[in-house]
Parts: sequence; C-alpha cells; structure tokens
Amino acid sequence: MSDKFEKFDREEVDALLPLPPATFHILLALAEEGRHGYAIIQDVATRTDGELKLSAGTLYRSIQRMLEQGVILETRDRPAPEEDDERRRYYRITPLGTAVAKAEARRLTQLVRMARARGFAPGRA
Amino acid sequence: MPGGLPLGEHDAGVSVTLYNLLLHFYPASFRNEYADEMRALFARRRRDVSGLGAVALWVSTLGEVVRNAATVHLDIFRQDVAYSARAFRRTPGFVLTAILIVALGIGATTAAFSVTDFVLIRPLPFPDPARLVKVWETTPGYPRMELSAPNYRDWKAAATSYESMGVYHFESITITTAGEPRRFTGTSVSADLFHTLGVAPVIGRSFTDADDVNGAPGTMILSYRLWQTEFGGDPGVIGRNLVAQVDFDTASYTVIGVMPREFHFPKSDVLFWITNRFDDRAYQPEERADNWLEAVGRLRHGVTLEQARAEMDVIAAQSRQAYPKENKGTGATVIGLGTEVSERSRLLLLALSGAAGCVLLIACANLASLLLARALSRRRELAVRTAIGAGRERLVRQLMTESLLLAAVGGALGITIAVASVPLLTRLVPATLPIAASPSVDVRVLLFAVALTALTGIAFGLAPVVRVGASPDLDGLREGARAGGGRKERLRAALVVTEIVASVVLLVSAGLLIRALLAVQSIDPGFKPEGVLTLRTELPMPEYRRVVERDAYYTRVLQEVRALPGVKSAGFVSFLPISSFRGGIWPVAVKGDGEANDGIRSANNVAAIRYVTPGYFDTLSIPITRGRDVSDSDNRDRQFVAVVSESFVKRYWPNQDPIGRHFTFGLADREVVGVAGDVRFRGLERVSEPQVYLPFKQVADGEITFYIPKALALRTSVPPANLAQAVRDVIRRADPKLPVTEMQTLVDMVDLETASRAVQVRVLTAFAVIAFVLAAVGIHGLLSFAVSQRVQEIGVRLALGAQSVDILSMMAWRSMWLAIAGVIPGIALSYAVGRSMEALLAGVKPADTVTMGAAVGLSALMTVLGSLLPTLRAVRVDPMTALRAE
Repeated sequence: MSDKFEKFDREEVDALLPLPPATFHILLALAEEGRHGYAIIQDVATRTDGELKLSAGTLYRSIQRMLEQGVILETRDRPAPEEDDERRRYYRITPLGTAVAKAEARRLTQLVRMARARGFAPGRA
Repeated sequence: MPGGLPLGEHDAGVSVTLYNLLLHFYPASFRNEYADEMRALFARRRRDVSGLGAVALWVSTLGEVVRNAATVHLDIFRQDVAYSARAFRRTPGFVLTAILIVALGIGATTAAFSVTDFVLIRPLPFPDPARLVKVWETTPGYPRMELSAPNYRDWKAAATSYESMGVYHFESITITTAGEPRRFTGTSVSADLFHTLGVAPVIGRSFTDADDVNGAPGTMILSYRLWQTEFGGDPGVIGRNLVAQVDFDTASYTVIGVMPREFHFPKSDVLFWITNRFDDRAYQPEERADNWLEAVGRLRHGVTLEQARAEMDVIAAQSRQAYPKENKGTGATVIGLGTEVSERSRLLLLALSGAAGCVLLIACANLASLLLARALSRRRELAVRTAIGAGRERLVRQLMTESLLLAAVGGALGITIAVASVPLLTRLVPATLPIAASPSVDVRVLLFAVALTALTGIAFGLAPVVRVGASPDLDGLREGARAGGGRKERLRAALVVTEIVASVVLLVSAGLLIRALLAVQSIDPGFKPEGVLTLRTELPMPEYRRVVERDAYYTRVLQEVRALPGVKSAGFVSFLPISSFRGGIWPVAVKGDGEANDGIRSANNVAAIRYVTPGYFDTLSIPITRGRDVSDSDNRDRQFVAVVSESFVKRYWPNQDPIGRHFTFGLADREVVGVAGDVRFRGLERVSEPQVYLPFKQVADGEITFYIPKALALRTSVPPANLAQAVRDVIRRADPKLPVTEMQTLVDMVDLETASRAVQVRVLTAFAVIAFVLAAVGIHGLLSFAVSQRVQEIGVRLALGAQSVDILSMMAWRSMWLAIAGVIPGIALSYAVGRSMEALLAGVKPADTVTMGAAVGLSALMTVLGSLLPTLRAVRVDPMTALRAE
C-alpha cells in the first residue's frame, strides 16, 4: 500500500469520514492533475454521465472546507501556458487528501461487500 | 479547454448582476475569495439555457445559494466557537468574571421585568380586557366610592354604554368541614358578573338569574385553589351541599361550579363566590347612602372610556335631581379595570425597573471595558490572524461570536437567578388586582430575557469590534506588546465613568428609599404594637344578635384571658388599626356646625366608627388624654357616650373642653366622656379621619352588627406567640363553634404595612451593592491595564529620579479625575431621579444631604478600592526590571 497513507494518523483521517459525496467527487476529479473549478464540475459530470452537476455554491463551499481540512491545496503549478487562464484558481490534492480518498474508498468497498453478502448488490460475495 | 470568460450577451449581463446580489447571502470573506469564479460558472450555465430552462436554473440556483450560504455560515460559526473555546480556556479568570457580570445584569433585569410586566404591562387575564371598567360613585372628598344598591340598579338600567354590568362585595364565610370550622374570604356577586368578565367555570355551571333572586336556594362557585386544597380536586364536589355560615345566618349552599385556575377576582385571596340575592329592603331610599357594592361593566364595542364617563355624568346628575337628599353631591366615574394600581405600587415597580436597567448598563459597560482590554492585549494574535489572511470581517465575526457566547452562558445563568429570585419580589404585587398573588416566569419573560441577552452580547461586543475595525493593519505586530495609547484608553475611561454615574444614581436612590423606610418606620401609629397578640372571631347571627349574648361572651373570654399568666390586659374592638378593614367612615352631626348637620358625609364631617370593650385602650397603649375609658356600666339604660380622638376635638371644639359635649353619630346622640390619642388606622403613611369609640353595649339588638367587636387584642409580658394556644383554648371553651382567624402579633401587622417598602429597599440595596462592586472592578481593570501598559514609562521615570510619591500622586490624580467625572453628573442625575420618585420618599427630600454625602463618600471609597492594587503595583515597579524588559 501507499507509504503516504501510513504517514497520517489514523484518527486524523477517520475524523473526516464518511466524506460528503461532493467532496469525494472533487477528490476523484483532482486525483490525476490539478484543475480549476469549471474543470472539476465537468469532470464530475462526465464521470457520472451527467447525473451529478455540482452547482457553483456546492463546489466552492466544499472547496473552502477541503482547503481548511488540508485535503486539497490551491496550486501555483499551472498547466501548459496555452491552456492557462490567469483569472482561474487551480487546486490539487494533498497527500492527506489521497489518504482520505483511499480510506473512503475502502469504507465504501467494505459496505458493498457486506451488502453483497446479504444479496443486496450484484456480484460475488 | 476554452479560454476567456463567455460574457458579453446582454441577457447574461443582467443575470450575472442578479446572481451577484444572491451571492450576498454568503459571508464577505467567502465572497471575496470565490465570487469571481462562481459568477463565471453561473454565466456559463446561464448561457446554455433559455426559456423554461432559464426559469428552472433560477429556481435551483436560488435554493442552492441559500442552502450553501447557510452551510458556509454554520461552518464559520463552528470554527469561531471552537476558536473561542480555545481562547476562553487560556483565560478562565476573564471568562468567569464576564459570565458572572452578564448573569447579574440579566438576572436583575429579568426579575424586575417579570414583576413589572405582571403588574403593569400584561393585560388582565380576561377576554378583551380593554373593555372592562369599574364604575364608582364620587362625593366631595371621596373620588372613588362603592355604589349603593338602589343607585346601581337605576344607573345600570339607564346606561347604554355597557354590554353588561355586575356588582360584588366581599363576604367572609365559615365552612365547617370535617373538624374545625374554617373561615374563608369570598365574594358575593350578581349573577351577571362572570358573564361580564367573560369567564365560565371549568367544571359545572355559572350563576343564572334564578340563583340571584331573593329566596333562591344558596349556590356557590369555588375557586380552583379552594377546590384543590379543601376538596382534593374531586369533580364530585359539584352538587355537594355545604353548611356554611355567612354573616347573619347559617345556610346551605350547593356547589355548582369551579372557576379556572388563572381566574382571580376581584383579588387573589378570594376563594369562592355566592350570589347577592338582594331583597327589596336593599333598594329602599335610605339605602342610597350605604355604599358597599363594587360595579364592573363591559363597554360595548366602540364605546370609549370618555363616552362612558360622559354618559355616567348625565345619569348621576339625573339621580341627584331625583333624590336630592340621599344623592346630594353624588357623582359617578368610570375607570379601566386593572388600572387601579396605586401610584405608589406603580412608582415602586418603575423604580425597580430603572434600578435593574442601571445594573444592566453598568454590567454592559464593565464587559465592554473588559473585552476592550482583552482585544488590546490580543492585538498580536489578531494581527497574526490578519497576516495569514483573515479578513476584517472574519475577525469582527470572531469577536462577536465570543461576546455572544459569553452573553449566552451568562444569560442562561441570569435567567436562573431571576427565576429563583422572583418569589422574593411577590410583596411588590399589589393585593388589589384580579391577578395571581405571585408572578410566574413565562414565555414573555423568557423572550424578554433572550432578547436582552442578545442585545447585551452585541452591545458589549461592539466596543472591541470598533477597535479592531479601526486597525486592520499590522500595527499590532510592529508595535510589540506596548499597545494601547491614550486614544484607546479614552473609550475605556468613558465606560468606567458611565459605570460610576450609574452606581452613584443607584446608591443615592437606595439611600433615599432607606431613609424613607426609616422615616415610615419611625412614624408613631398612635399605639404601641410591641407585645400585643391579636386574633379575630366571627360572632355568628342570630346567636350573637343580642347585646346580652355578646356581653356574656366578652365577659367570659376577657376574664379568662386576663387570668392567663403573662397577660397584662385585653380588650375587644370592631377592627384593629392597620388591619385588613380600614373603613367604617360615618357622618357626624354637631349642633351649630353647619357642615356637620345635614347627615350627608363629606370629607370634613366624618369619623371612623369603632365599638370597644373596656381595656382596649390600655391594651394598645392608646393614651386617654382626658376623661375616662368606656366602662361596663355604659349600657343602654344610661346616656350614650363616646371616647373621641384628639383630631375629632380639634375639628369640632378647638381650644374648648370637649368633655360633656354632645354629637350625633352611629344612629344616636352621644356625650363625650373621654379623649384618646389619634391612631393611624388607615396605615402609617396616611393621616386618618378622626376616630369615635363607642361602648359595645350601647347599640340596639341586631343593629350595626358589622361593627360589633370581633377582634381581640392582648398585651402580654411574655412573647405573644407563647400564649396562642392558651387563648385558642379559652375561646373554644366559650364557644366551640367559633373559628379563630388572623391570629398574629400587632408588630407583624405593622411590619406588613412596610413590607413592600422593605422588599424594595432590599432589592435596590442589592442592586446598589452589585453596582458598587462592578464599578470598583471597572476602575480596577482600567487602572491595572494602564499600569501594565506603562511599566516601562514608570521605570524610566523612577530611573530618572522620580520618587514613589510622584508615581503615587500620578495614580491618585488619575483615579480622582475618574471619580469626579462620574460623581458630578451622577449626583445631578440622582437628584432628577429622586424628584421623579418623590411620592415614594415619605417626605424625605430628593436632595437629602445625608444621602448625597453618603453616596459621594461611597463613590470615593469605591474609587480608592478600585485603584488600590494598581497603584501599589505602579509604586512597586522596579526600574531595573522594567528597563531590562525593554
């Protein structure tokens, strides 16, 4: 497993769980690269086949809280100049954010496994 | 990814403007951070839709903004609370002080409000109470007199202003339940009275006209309290027959109903109601001079008090014409029900509220000053927060949250204090109102307290916020710990001066009221209450209708009680002075005195009637200054005689010997045989009418029975309470059916007279003490802060050769200026306050020098106490240490 995960206090990570859905999606959107707000919304929409369209308020309210929690950072690393927009603010995931997202994923997996065992979800038990 | 922001279309421009307005739901800090991005996102979305889609977008956006903004606010609040909690943990002393100060301020104000609201503000507990009025007769010298039965009947028939009208009069009743006969106070009412008030029984039925005619079987409605205490709340009480004895006869009453718990009429100690059942005799012409009924009317919709008064004036004029002799000088007046709170009660409560307001003001000033000092000492911390990006708005919000938190905790504690202390203030509720005897802390009071708490929190939180607002920059970081120059201290000094002003006002007010209480307590009531035991027995008719039967009873009881060890003397009287009944004012006729000859009472030809047995004057130590006491030989076969008071002599025979003179009073010609000292039977603070004492035997059988002597007084050489049981036994042996009531010492009766004053003095003194302590704390806080800010300066001065004396005088001047700045306006304001409550002062002048002097002295003491420690610290500054710290 990731050595980064081990660096964090289990309690520090657990305190943030379970993640609100919007927060989890934002972490997923930032998993690979830093993005600005609109890109996050688009990424989430694409991944969920348009089912989840984050509103501006939900997005920035979540971003503010995530910044305070330290799971994301506002970044100065800009993408290639031709894609950059000076006016936009870019965010990227922090190691803590990665750890939290992984812990959340594990929590969800365990839930699904339990649901399968009781026949609530398709797939093997 | 596309580059520039897609703004440009006119529509989008309008939409963005609207969206911008919506964004104001968010905190400014959040807006500053994200508004640009959010606008851009919204504009993009808006561009993609049109028509119905646009409507849907707006609806969802509105909901989304409100929801998210609330979440952001809540997030900040949570952070601020957590931050405050951490900050509080570092300074427990400050937190405790602040909470206590808030609790005192809120507690005092809430308690005062609950009583004031209960008595003066809250509408009476009847439906549409604004339309309820009382109708009174007036005669010269008596602005409010009860109605006579015939006048009531005529006036009610003639008046058109009222929807309905009813009358009542007080009645005592003895109900013999299981063991001892018990005596209760009730009211005899006309059948339409409850209907007029608009209240129906909770169980059973109300009175009907058929219950209220002469000869109807007796019916009774119980108060909720009597139902609970005597009948255990048993609904089966309806239909029960009670054998009861009312004034003249023993009769049976059927219980027909129980009134609601919150129904008190006409006052809180009335426990039952029966009907008047007047016979024709009540309406005879001569009855027009017998004023004994109190009338309550319900005005028709739209009829004003003035219109009702105007109509009653006309009606009273008509009845003066119709009965020129009986109704001579009789007028009528109409007064709102429940507005009959005496001016004294009103002033008492207003003074209390004002005092509570002062305490709250001082508490707020103190807290503001405390928080200011705290904000100054936290400049570094705040500056650091600014430096790492907290906007001014966030700091202000943080400080506000802190003060509101302190206010909330203090307010909760204050409400607890108020709830606990309201029962102590019960004496301030006048007993004459149709409301419960004791106020309850209800929703109104709680809302008041919560609003007060919020306002307090904002009020004292504002001062440091203003300070932070003034310096959002990094001065705090640069200045180091030596923050707080002259300008910053001036605000705090102003707050402390405010505290001194308010506490001087409280000290003076409390002082004036203490002086007034002492003045009232030192009023000579005309008798010596110490060492006198009193009680009352009703003498039921017809058993005691005849004088000879009463004589036997008095003789036996007096003989036996006088034989008890420890009893020095004993006597009976109609009503004891300063007891619950203070009336009995009858006209006097004196030959040759024009005013005192027409048999119509006016303020100048009346006297109080009292029948007595021999020994009464001795027992109360009322001096017989001339002539003799009444004696056992003053019977109906001899000339009717009287002992009159000195004021009676002064009125009719000034500078003459009154012994042997005659006058007509109490249905007979009387000869003066003695003169007794004046007695303040109407109360300590009121000069009473002249008094006439008649021997108990000189009255026709069955006549004037209301005034037959029923109150027994004993002067004892042992503590009066020790004799209580022995005296009860004597009366039981004389007549086992007689209930003994109102057994108490005369001292207690007189003390009751000043009880409301005494409570008020205690409350106000408590407020003044709180104010005194708070103001001293305020001075202390201001000066010690000043000293701690100027340690280096003082050190430098000392190093440059200044003496401790110089530092001492510097500090002394400072505190003296504070005191002077507070005391001078304080004294001026106190004088104005004293003037406005002059009616409460029992003759003590508002500018009373003793009180003013004491207040100034105490303020000086307060200043000295407050500045003692800081001054000592200043003098003890070690120049070396102070400079090294630099």
